[in-house]
Amino acid sequence: MAEFSEALFSIFFIETLINGLLLGGVLALLSLGLNLIFGVVDVVWICYAEIIMLGMYTIFFLYKAGVPLPLAILGGIAVTTILGYLTHKLVISRVLDAAPINQLLATGGLLFFFQGLAMVVFGIEFRNLGVSLGSLAVSSDIYLSSTRLLSFAVSGVVVICLYFFLSRSYLGAAIRAISQDREIMTLMGVDTKRLYLLTSAIGGALAGLAAALLALQYDIHPFIGLSFGPITFVICVMGGLGNMVGGFLAAFVFAELITLGGYFADLEWGYVMAFVFFVVTMFIRPEGLFARKS
Amino acid sequence: MNSNIVIGIIAVILCALPFIGVETYSLHLIIVILIWAFAYTGWSIMGRFGLVSLGHGAFMSIGGYVTALLWNNIGLSPWIGIPVSLLVSGLLAIVIGYPCFRYKIVGHYFALVTLALSEVVRQVIIATRDTTGGSLGYTPERHGEGISIVALQFSNDRIYFYYVALFVWMAGIMIWRYVDQSMSRYALEAISEDEDASAAVGVQVTREKLKVTVLSAVMTTFAGAMYCQYQMFISPDTIGGVGVSLQIVFAVVVGGIYNALGPTVGAVITIMLAEVLRISIGTASVCVSKDVCFNAAGVPLLIYGILLIVFIIFLPKGIVGGVADWWKSRSADPPDAAGSTQLEPAKAKTG
Repeated sequence: MAEFSEALFSIFFIETLINGLLLGGVLALLSLGLNLIFGVVDVVWICYAEIIMLGMYTIFFLYKAGVPLPLAILGGIAVTTILGYLTHKLVISRVLDAAPINQLLATGGLLFFFQGLAMVVFGIEFRNLGVSLGSLAVSSDIYLSSTRLLSFAVSGVVVICLYFFLSRSYLGAAIRAISQDREIMTLMGVDTKRLYLLTSAIGGALAGLAAALLALQYDIHPFIGLSFGPITFVICVMGGLGNMVGGFLAAFVFAELITLGGYFADLEWGYVMAFVFFVVTMFIRPEGLFARKS
Repeated sequence: MNSNIVIGIIAVILCALPFIGVETYSLHLIIVILIWAFAYTGWSIMGRFGLVSLGHGAFMSIGGYVTALLWNNIGLSPWIGIPVSLLVSGLLAIVIGYPCFRYKIVGHYFALVTLALSEVVRQVIIATRDTTGGSLGYTPERHGEGISIVALQFSNDRIYFYYVALFVWMAGIMIWRYVDQSMSRYALEAISEDEDASAAVGVQVTREKLKVTVLSAVMTTFAGAMYCQYQMFISPDTIGGVGVSLQIVFAVVVGGIYNALGPTVGAVITIMLAEVLRISIGTASVCVSKDVCFNAAGVPLLIYGILLIVFIIFLPKGIVGGVADWWKSRSADPPDAAGSTQLEPAKAKTG
């Protein structure tokens, strides 16, 4: 017990907590686009993490070809935006009237397709961007990764931008309205097809942004999507699918669980704890932890 | 009558297969197909009622790991180890299923909760790497040379295992047909159409769903144990995780979810496709010029993905279902309108 309380008040524990907060920023950004798409189009993109993976590859190869990093990131965002657009245009639009599970499985097919594509074109080697932003010394004992601080800041900014876009702009109002009542919007003369495509493209762009932040921190390989895809879905569901504020908060709960699990035991136990927490939450509040009562 | 004769002939051919000059490699392929076909059949028993689980990778790995761990660590024969693993996953299915059904977690939400389950089991296997070998995989110890009934190890003599797999697969088809003809089928179809309405007319929703879930989980677990005993190697990614869970769903959708032989056809097509592509294209890099090389190992995944999307869009009932419809519309006129075309008519409840 003494050991435990010692661990609890040590400087490393505080560092872990802060790291969890920063990881939360990354996870929040990951789940943002997925949540937006779900809220508007009402389809869960199982392949969302794979779009991020293709964005990471784009950034990697552009950067290695001599393109400056900021431009490479823009290139990555452009590619994922197009991918998001095409995903809706070529696949989702054809299964809009099918059962929800058929839609889920169609994006599951895309998941295999993107993984196969990445394997064929990019090979199975682990690739690293090789860019380090170094770490920031907060005090003599606490060092924080600059990349994580950056991702935290970026996702904060993106959330605020998205909030203003949805609440202030005309298009944002249309997007919010369509997520509330699908049928009536068509009667009001809103072109739902165009809105769906726009939302999918924005979701794709957010995936590109997440790809940029992940490419700075992790190795890239065709199956990297499987390592953070499930966490992303689970965060969206826990926050209440389509509820962006809920998803944002859930990302932090999840991140803290993972890092604390990693602090007291192995990182895998952190994941186990987080997933078990999710399952238990689903039983207590099936509509999501932060869902508003309707 | 006619169909009984056909079934009889097929059964005789299947039983005689090892004696009519099938080479070892083909026999190996057939055994693998039979094992997976049994797992897919198990999945479709619940999947056809709109209970789309992405967690069957978890049940499959429990079958493999519990059996192998008991054998290696305390020398418990798979004859006891397999029932123990079935019990474990049956209990797990109840622990996950009961609250899900009680609180009406359906559609997307059910799929994502079960997806979390397959991740939990995978992460537990990786986290306990000191005992389970983690992501590197795990091998049941050989009992020694030759065949052992106690250890359920048949060394490299595939004929024995072929008959075991054939028997188990046939049992799987029988179970499927049994459920298909039972009262539970009508109850579950009613539930998948409208849960509240069927509860109102006296269908015990939670109980019926739980029954079929446990049955399905136990069957998949058994397939996992068989896979382990046959391949003598398991790893979290070959029999568990999200990848395998999706692979199960994919094969069943391609084969046909509403027919007894659909999952088997799905297994034959997907496994043969992977094998043919692997042999014809190979796994090496294919270079079109000095600098531009392609890794052919990804081609099967690529084609899988395209096929799955095409099937969902154009043939949601799968190959067997599609052929059956076509046959019906040809022989019967006007065409039979019965049979739903959707996997999951019920909308997810969000509050």
